[in-house]
Amino acid sequence: MNRTLAQALPLREPIQVSGGTRAWRQLKRNRAGLVGGAIIALFLLAGAFASYLAPYGPYDTFLERSLEGPSRDSPLGRDELGRDLLSRLIYGARLSLVIGVIAVAIGVVLGVPIGALSGYHGGAADLVVQRIIDVMLAFPGILLALIMVAILGVGLTQIMVAVGIVSVPTYARLVRGQVLALRSQDFVEAARALGARTGRIIVHHILPNTLAVVIVQATLQVASAILSAAALGFLGLGAQPPAAEWGAMLSSAKQYLRLAPHTVVFPGLAIMITVLGFNLLGDALRDAFDPRMRVS
Amino acid sequence: MWAYIAKRLILTVPVLLGVSFVVFAIVRVLPGDPAQVLAGEAATKELIEGLRRDLGLDRPLLVQYVDFLGSLLRGDLGRSIRSKIPVTSELAIRVPNTMILALAGITVATLVGLPAGIISAVKPYSLIDTGVMLLALAGLSMPVFWSGLMLILVFAVLLGWLPAVGTGTPAHIVLPAIAVGMTSAAIIARMTRSSMLEVLRSDYIRTARAKGVAERVVINRHALRNALIPVITVIGLQTGTLLSGAVLTESVFAWPGVGRLMVEGILARDYPLVQGAVLVVALSFVLVNLVVDLLYALADPRIRYE
Repeated sequence: MNRTLAQALPLREPIQVSGGTRAWRQLKRNRAGLVGGAIIALFLLAGAFASYLAPYGPYDTFLERSLEGPSRDSPLGRDELGRDLLSRLIYGARLSLVIGVIAVAIGVVLGVPIGALSGYHGGAADLVVQRIIDVMLAFPGILLALIMVAILGVGLTQIMVAVGIVSVPTYARLVRGQVLALRSQDFVEAARALGARTGRIIVHHILPNTLAVVIVQATLQVASAILSAAALGFLGLGAQPPAAEWGAMLSSAKQYLRLAPHTVVFPGLAIMITVLGFNLLGDALRDAFDPRMRVS
Repeated sequence: MWAYIAKRLILTVPVLLGVSFVVFAIVRVLPGDPAQVLAGEAATKELIEGLRRDLGLDRPLLVQYVDFLGSLLRGDLGRSIRSKIPVTSELAIRVPNTMILALAGITVATLVGLPAGIISAVKPYSLIDTGVMLLALAGLSMPVFWSGLMLILVFAVLLGWLPAVGTGTPAHIVLPAIAVGMTSAAIIARMTRSSMLEVLRSDYIRTARAKGVAERVVINRHALRNALIPVITVIGLQTGTLLSGAVLTESVFAWPGVGRLMVEGILARDYPLVQGAVLVVALSFVLVNLVVDLLYALADPRIRYE
């Protein structure tokens, strides 16, 4: 009975649909956002079809061609072990995107429920959770990631977890703020009056309305996750050689800066362009979803 | 105002306790026996036993934590496993270097970011605005360790104008300061632009223009002063971030600061050193944020009456 009534009433606000459509139209008009989307699509394709696109395998070693500059055979040159840089960058795209997406997924999966429950229930639990978040936010991101690595150890899986956990407080804070604003709205009151259980109210009525901010944050967070993972790789605390991870590639290339600058220039450019793509798309999404921007 | 300061100070206490607990926990949550970890892999059984007794690892966790807090307050952070000298002595050498780099970095960031943001806001959606904002976004997207290496490549290797790594002369700080300040410059430019744009749209600016005030005066005297309040906060927060976030820049430029000490500690599994470095960095971050909050309340009465 409740279910039928709840479905009959426009509990999820009809604006939600047109809001999304309007945001999509707005996004399509944003040229910077489209460029960002195109960059991401390009890197996704490169990562997905790495084995078809890369002229060499990521670990194919040609010691006699060590540190060779760009040539027709290998357009971006070769590294200290004579491995083709372009091929390693293409395989690295797969690795960086996987790290970025998994780290963000960890952040969202842990942070969103914590924020939603904390904000919806309030009281002592909320107070405790918020103080824990305060403490986590008291550590700058890179420091928290370093602490996690000190505890978890060095490696690829460890950095995904470390970078993911570092972003948990951000999502928890963000979603809590949204839930606090939403929980006293009429459509939530209506659902409650119709006898909907807490879990159902949070999952079906409140969380869909926080989706926009979470998507924007997650997009921007992929950018910072890729940067953090590369930073840890660069410090020798993330992916380990011979992995074709961009940060780790820079770490081993830095000693050849004078001899073979191309080994340093291209991995850094790859990181920068990918991160720029996510930043452009994230900014455009925020503009599209933020009503204040729409008015102006 | 005093009530606000008191409230803000009281709120800092649980955060500081939490920070100290995290630092305390670093060694205790490691897999395996903390005494074994602290003593190193080559340690003898007697050494490990001695260390376990010294650290009081056989006592309840809460007692251990209270003891740890006591040592912190006495300024005792233990000894480095690697060098055997007290962690506080190691930190005393490194902290000033990190502070110098952070100050130089924030100076570069402000000198670049502030004017860039103002120019962008005064001519919104123009070619120059688009250019500045694209540059700012590129600055945000650039890994700081890579921009550091690029600066070394251009100014030290190719042009030979500046020293690549190390310390000693004022010239040594130029490249690290630019590298570490670049991201902050981008953040300051973006914040200045959006804050200026918001102020420039407000009614009192329209009034000033309507009564014929010269545009230069409108920008400098009417708009900039109000727009700068949130920007100053961002500059303060960035200073805190630079104090802690110089880890990468310090590694690239072999700058002997706290960040590099921490990475060396992690790689060498020198946990007392890691604990000391984490504590100093987190404390300075919390304290800088506190000072920024208080200054913000001084500058903007709306905050303290909320």
